Amino acid sequence: MSVLVIAEHNNKRLKAVTLNTIGAAKQLDNDIHILVAGSSCNSAVESAAKTENITKVLKINSKELSHVTAENIAPIIADLAKNYTHVLAPASTFGKNILPHAAALLDVQQISDISAIIDNDTFERPVYAGNAIATVKSSDDIKLITVRSIAFEPSSNEGGNAHIENIPSKGKSKLSSFVALRETISDRPELTSAKIIIAGGRGIGSASNFALIEKLANKIGAAVGASRAAVDAGYIPNDCQIGQTGKIVAPDLYIAIGISGAIQHLTGIKDSKIIVAINNDENAPIFQVADYGLVADLFDAVPELENKL
Amino acid sequence: MKILVPIKRVIDYNVKIHVKADETGVDLANVKMSLNPFDEIAVEEAVRLKEAGKTSEIIVVSIGSEKAQEQIRTAIAMGADRGILVQTDDPIDLGGIEPLAVAKILKILVEKENPDFVLMGKQSIDDDSNQTGQMLSALLGWAQGTFASAIEVNNKSIIVTREIDGGRETLKLKMPAVITTDLRLNEPRYAKLSDIIKAKKKELEIISINTLDIDCSPRLKIIKVTEPPARQNGIKVSNVDELIDKLKNEAKVLS
Ligand SMILES: Cc1cc2nc3c(=O)[nH]c(=O)nc-3n(C[C@H](O)[C@H](O)[C@H](O)COP(=O)(O)OP(=O)(O)OC[C@H]3O[C@@H](n4cnc5c(N)ncnc54)[C@H](O)[C@@H]3O)c2cc1C
Ligand SMILES: Nc1ncnc2c1ncn2[C@@H]1O[C@H](COP(=O)(O)O)[C@@H](O)[C@H]1O
Repeated sequence: MSVLVIAEHNNKRLKAVTLNTIGAAKQLDNDIHILVAGSSCNSAVESAAKTENITKVLKINSKELSHVTAENIAPIIADLAKNYTHVLAPASTFGKNILPHAAALLDVQQISDISAIIDNDTFERPVYAGNAIATVKSSDDIKLITVRSIAFEPSSNEGGNAHIENIPSKGKSKLSSFVALRETISDRPELTSAKIIIAGGRGIGSASNFALIEKLANKIGAAVGASRAAVDAGYIPNDCQIGQTGKIVAPDLYIAIGISGAIQHLTGIKDSKIIVAINNDENAPIFQVADYGLVADLFDAVPELENKL
Repeated sequence: MKILVPIKRVIDYNVKIHVKADETGVDLANVKMSLNPFDEIAVEEAVRLKEAGKTSEIIVVSIGSEKAQEQIRTAIAMGADRGILVQTDDPIDLGGIEPLAVAKILKILVEKENPDFVLMGKQSIDDDSNQTGQMLSALLGWAQGTFASAIEVNNKSIIVTREIDGGRETLKLKMPAVITTDLRLNEPRYAKLSDIIKAKKKELEIISINTLDIDCSPRLKIIKVTEPPARQNGIKVSNVDELIDKLKNEAKVLS
């Protein structure tokens, strides 16, 4: 039996987190199938077929899936799952929304947000905001798992030549319907795969001041992130929140500006290679995890940094 | 209209946790416990809906030890009408009652109480599972609206705005539905002392978990619980020039 990965995609290509999820699947089995469900999703299906390690693409191309809801997709996943030992999805809002729904349909206890694979039944997952790592062994016949993307190397999006199989959709669920999507449009890299992230917190003080962060990010091709406090205050959209209940990131360079370093934030950044903190309070907890700390007023330091880079 | 709000007793979010030396779990003896923050947001939203005349009754439910009565009382002091405790001696953070079992218990209570919708947290801050609401929706065959940052309750439907990775999505859910809360839905109130005192007199039903015909044995065996690797201590730099120099020449993360 083989492993099934649920693709997160935008109908054109696989999202980066899907490639990390395939990277995790590779540690379980050599025979990896991927479900690409969407509408006008031929390009995503083709790119899935070319992805390294994929042996089969299960394709559902249906108008009903132009906006995937848990009620639509989970019954499909639950049916397919019976042919697999493991079903993996990224621990993104996409995967978190749909996979537990499928798990309950199968009477399976999902394993959330794994950060390591010990063997086919045993996994590590961070709990308590990443302040503890639990090693858990599942007794379910089928394992349903969401994958913490930063913990696994992505598979390459080239080199594969998978067979494509069409499968039917189950029609539209009448329980919920799509109304609107307000997408955050940005040319910057995605947070979960960015090499450099500049993040701002409450210390930035206002939405207009956030331009300081954005200018610096643009100068060095970085992604922009934020603490919860900055998002709550409306400085920046919700999908920029990094931490326990936001995104988990691991860039080569993370620069935290005007962020105090609450545990809920730190858990989202502590796998970064280098952490820099700029804060005018020398006792801010962020300095305990920063490789390089600069005690300074951000309104002086950030423009200077931008000028000199 | 009736709302059911499942709430969980968890370690307070400000507490620095300690992993037990024998690696069997996290030490919860003598630490401050609270209402899970996302559940507090769910209670607040339910109370606001009641204040706006959209609902008539709020029932809070917790599965946990007898001490979870404290959190039920807190929710009642915030404005919930009554509480139900499904009492168990098993742990509810790790290696005990897991999200699938919680969802099965909640399903029984939903069938008993017949709420119009269930409003709950998106995530427990102890097990960090983010599963129970989605599972309950599946078991009931109800509409699902996760990670809500705004909800609008109408006669037969609920409009939910969801916080997702790419921005915000709005869905229309047919009632009955299960909704899970995100941080931006509201800012919970503090219960007034007088309400805390009054809450002690409100109805709190206790059901033993053993009287429910559900197999709650854990599917995930805890092999061990360990501390995460610590980051190495860093240094302070004295100015921006030194910072740039370190990033380019020592860490080599900038070119
Ligand atoms: C259930 C729950 C989940 C949570 N999830 C998350 C999460 O996912 N992500 C997250 O980030 N938080 C999360 N939090 C919130 C977290 O506890 C903190 O409240 C939050 O991270 C604080 O954000 P902050 O550091 O920007 O603000 P603050 O803690 O207010 O820090 C602001 C910092 O800016 C500095 N500063 C001010 N002015 C200047 C200046 N001129 N120059 C330089 N520095 C300056 C200050 O010294 C201070 O250190 C969560 C909380 C709860 C309860
Ligand atoms: N033991 C419990 N008792 C009542 N509600 C719970 C319990 N465990 C989880 N929940 C609810 O399910 C939500 C998600 O929890 P989880 O799936 O554990 O992250 C929580 O925010 C609560 O609303």
